[in-house]
Amino acid sequence: MDVDAANDVVVRRILDAHPVLVGVGRALDVVPGMRKDLILHAGPPVTWDRMCGPLRGAVIGALLYEGMARDEREAVELAASGAVRFEPCHHHAAVGPMAGVTSASMPVYIVENRTHGNRAYSNFNEGYGRVLRYGAYAPEVLDRLRWINETVAPALGQALQRMGGLDMKATIARQLTMGDEGHNRNVAGSSLFARQLAPALADCGLARDELRGVLRYLAENDLAILNPVMAACKATLDAAHGVTGSSVVTCMARNGTEFGIRVSGLGDRWFTAPAPVPKGLYFPGFREEDANPDIGDSTITETAGIGAFAMAAAPAIVKFVGGTPQDALAATLEMYEITLTENPAFAIPQLDFRGTPTAIDVRKVVRTGITPRVNTGIAHREPGVGQIGAGLVRPPVAPFQEALRALAELVSP
Amino acid sequence: MPVLARVRRGSYHDSVALLQAQQALRQMPGVEEAGVVMATPANLALLRGAGLDAPELQGAGPDDLVAVVRARTQAEGERALERLDELLSPRGPAGGAPYRPRTVRTAVRALPGANVAVVSVPGRFAAAVAEEALREGLHVFLFSDNVALEEEVRLKRLAAERGLLVMGPDCGTALVAGAGLGFANAVRRGRVGIVAASGTGLQEVACLVHRWGSGISHGLGTGGRDLSDAVGGASFATALAALAEDPGTDVVVLLSKPPSPHVARQVLALARRCEKPVVVNFLGAQPPPQVGNLYFASTLEEAARLAVRLSGGHPPAEAELEPEAVPWAAGQRWLRGLFVGGSLCAEAQLVLRGSLGRVWSNVPLSPDARLPDPLVSREHTVVDLGSDEFTVGRLHPMLDPSVRSQRLLHEARDAEVAVLLVDVVLGFGAHPDPAGELAQAWEEAVGTARRAGRELVCVASVCGTELDPQPHGSQVERLRGGGVVVAPTNAAAARMAGALCGRSEPRGEAGPLPPVDLPDGEGRTHGVPAAVRELLRGPVRAVNVGLESFAQSLQSQGVPVVSVDWKPPAAGDAELLELLSRLGG
Repeated sequence: MDVDAANDVVVRRILDAHPVLVGVGRALDVVPGMRKDLILHAGPPVTWDRMCGPLRGAVIGALLYEGMARDEREAVELAASGAVRFEPCHHHAAVGPMAGVTSASMPVYIVENRTHGNRAYSNFNEGYGRVLRYGAYAPEVLDRLRWINETVAPALGQALQRMGGLDMKATIARQLTMGDEGHNRNVAGSSLFARQLAPALADCGLARDELRGVLRYLAENDLAILNPVMAACKATLDAAHGVTGSSVVTCMARNGTEFGIRVSGLGDRWFTAPAPVPKGLYFPGFREEDANPDIGDSTITETAGIGAFAMAAAPAIVKFVGGTPQDALAATLEMYEITLTENPAFAIPQLDFRGTPTAIDVRKVVRTGITPRVNTGIAHREPGVGQIGAGLVRPPVAPFQEALRALAELVSP
Repeated sequence: MPVLARVRRGSYHDSVALLQAQQALRQMPGVEEAGVVMATPANLALLRGAGLDAPELQGAGPDDLVAVVRARTQAEGERALERLDELLSPRGPAGGAPYRPRTVRTAVRALPGANVAVVSVPGRFAAAVAEEALREGLHVFLFSDNVALEEEVRLKRLAAERGLLVMGPDCGTALVAGAGLGFANAVRRGRVGIVAASGTGLQEVACLVHRWGSGISHGLGTGGRDLSDAVGGASFATALAALAEDPGTDVVVLLSKPPSPHVARQVLALARRCEKPVVVNFLGAQPPPQVGNLYFASTLEEAARLAVRLSGGHPPAEAELEPEAVPWAAGQRWLRGLFVGGSLCAEAQLVLRGSLGRVWSNVPLSPDARLPDPLVSREHTVVDLGSDEFTVGRLHPMLDPSVRSQRLLHEARDAEVAVLLVDVVLGFGAHPDPAGELAQAWEEAVGTARRAGRELVCVASVCGTELDPQPHGSQVERLRGGGVVVAPTNAAAARMAGALCGRSEPRGEAGPLPPVDLPDGEGRTHGVPAAVRELLRGPVRAVNVGLESFAQSLQSQGVPVVSVDWKPPAAGDAELLELLSRLGG
């Protein structure tokens, strides 16, 4: 079995993938394997007793939201009882930022990979502040979530249907030329998102108040497009998963307790290690001691070759990586050391339109000792406080080494 | 005086970084002596020799870094060692520094048109780096030593498939299209081309050709084992063929220690086809008389003289130095040669065997003169301090003269020693002031001997040119100022040192020199790959992997160079490396 030949197939699939945001649906109706007693979360599998603060908070919030518990105490009891199940979003073709908690009645974006026919899903972004994805579950948090889910989501779904879908590959390509890297910075992409959706929204027959609310949601949320971008990356990488012998990483994700990866040629196995605490800049009043270990499925962006891998495209946020545009260039250049190809669809103007470093090879990671760079938001370790900073994290090398061992066993025992 | 040590298991650092840390430790308050080395057996022996022994060194191995200090007080020693990690911390890119590629693949991307990789990483990693470079289409200058023979064969086979040239492993120097790689002297360009399986042989001949008024077109190194049966002269043949057709070369010089007879015949057959005069010096073999276009020289000096004459120049006659009578004390009779250059060491042995009989060496001309322990001299002894047993896990003595300084002091304490013979090698990549270091050590050595009522003489030659970063003239002056006798060539220095010792009876029989087997006729033509021709047209654009000083010396010559920020693959973990090789990563 030839690893390089398998990787060629994987690379081809990643580059050929064509994710399109086709609509919105209810998780229970559209997410494969979704059940009423199931709560999806970010990262590799984790049990209630090992969940970090923000993830527990988000689970409590979801149980309250679903009406499965009346208060926090009941929710905690229920979560601990085993009567509700917890599974990674990644086991259901889904991704979610930070806690990534998605329950049955929540709406999800549907992204279809037009080349390979597979679909991927992501929940809705609530914006900044006290939000469920950071583990907040106060009544006003759930009220806003309900409004997003009941008003914004159906409206966007209708608009997308009218538009015949929104080309995510083209939109990501454009946002990279406008100063976004698609993970920590999505200002340009979210603006493009709003601009493309607005005319269709106007034709959806919404009440004036509703339309104003939806447009304001798009106008005020710099992260509005993050979740569709993540689903687009997931749809791309799922198509590349499961090629026997391949050493390409198709998933990197964190649950706030552990960081984990999956590899195309190694099936459904997770390779995990304790999640590190990000290094970064903190909002006033917060320090590194307040930070939760790294959390969220948003590393799907780096896995697909954007996010920190496209840092050179986002000089506006260089403070996270050292302070100068030169550092931003260096961040992307370093990622070419551990990737197999460059994605011509995602060209970086600052690097003379070189494609983003794409297809992380576990062999290259182990050989060079360079682990993927990840741009990330930083969550407070207590549930519900929210985002306290943003920065950079380097996942541990151990999961990549473990994956290499597993691959060697499989390919050349 | 307390001796304190620290061991860092499995820690790799550039040997220049180690040297800098060692020097910084030495300069700290209260520190008498310091050593920072990889714990190879040879390095541990050197540490012990310098009075730097500590229980912690037990069980330290070649992958472990050890730092040892001898200090006035325990506290001062502790304070110095506390700064070790800081001193070793990588010269990481400060904010805003340009990206330093980590692999040859990305370096080539950063320097379009790169044509040579200069590789000087530790031996056991060197073949993999060289292979990566070949696969990226680069010629390889492989400075690293301690590369396995089968790896060399494999690399040269790969190079042949790809039409590329591998200079090395253990290739000290090369002059390619005017650029000096590795330890290289600044010589004028001219009509003499050199192919050399010996680094300092190439340097000595190139410098003499320069100093005697001619110049060098190219000086291509091949590594010392290229003319063995296993390697079969793979690089030598390609380099010779390239110079044979090079329009800038009128005379070709071939330098090697005596090759395998079979390979020698092949190489000489190829040389016979060359339509230019070819000067051959198989250092340590009995030179036959001229055959057609082949001129045989017994020493490097003679090879340089022939090359200059054949290219139309007028070399000076052999210098006759009249040694002054020295009032030796009773029992003073031995010569001790301490060399940093392997070929210079061999040339000295060749000259000395005539006057002194058997000369012991760690790299002897004949096996019966092998020194049982390279660290312990006996009778007349000439040691190559640049050979593998001294350089595993530490800097070459051309860069770090302290090994020789210590040995010099040690020999000077031996009441039976009369004459010391040394080489000083200048050029890019070499120590910034080797003569200064040597003169300082010599002053101390002479002082020690005189206090014991003995006179000592040190005879040196300086391999270099006026154009070198350490100008030849001022280095010679520095030595003379320190009381060292300086001869114009290495051979002349050996002749003079031999004459100084020559009153004693020759010691033992020097075994016969091997003959040179001449070919029956001319060899088949050896094609020159287009990429090699291209390389000689220049200019050189280099990817440097390993010693940072080689990149700096290329930069100072105006050669575009990109430096790989190299680290051992998989942090040197044997299990992971094995998996990677199985998985083709």
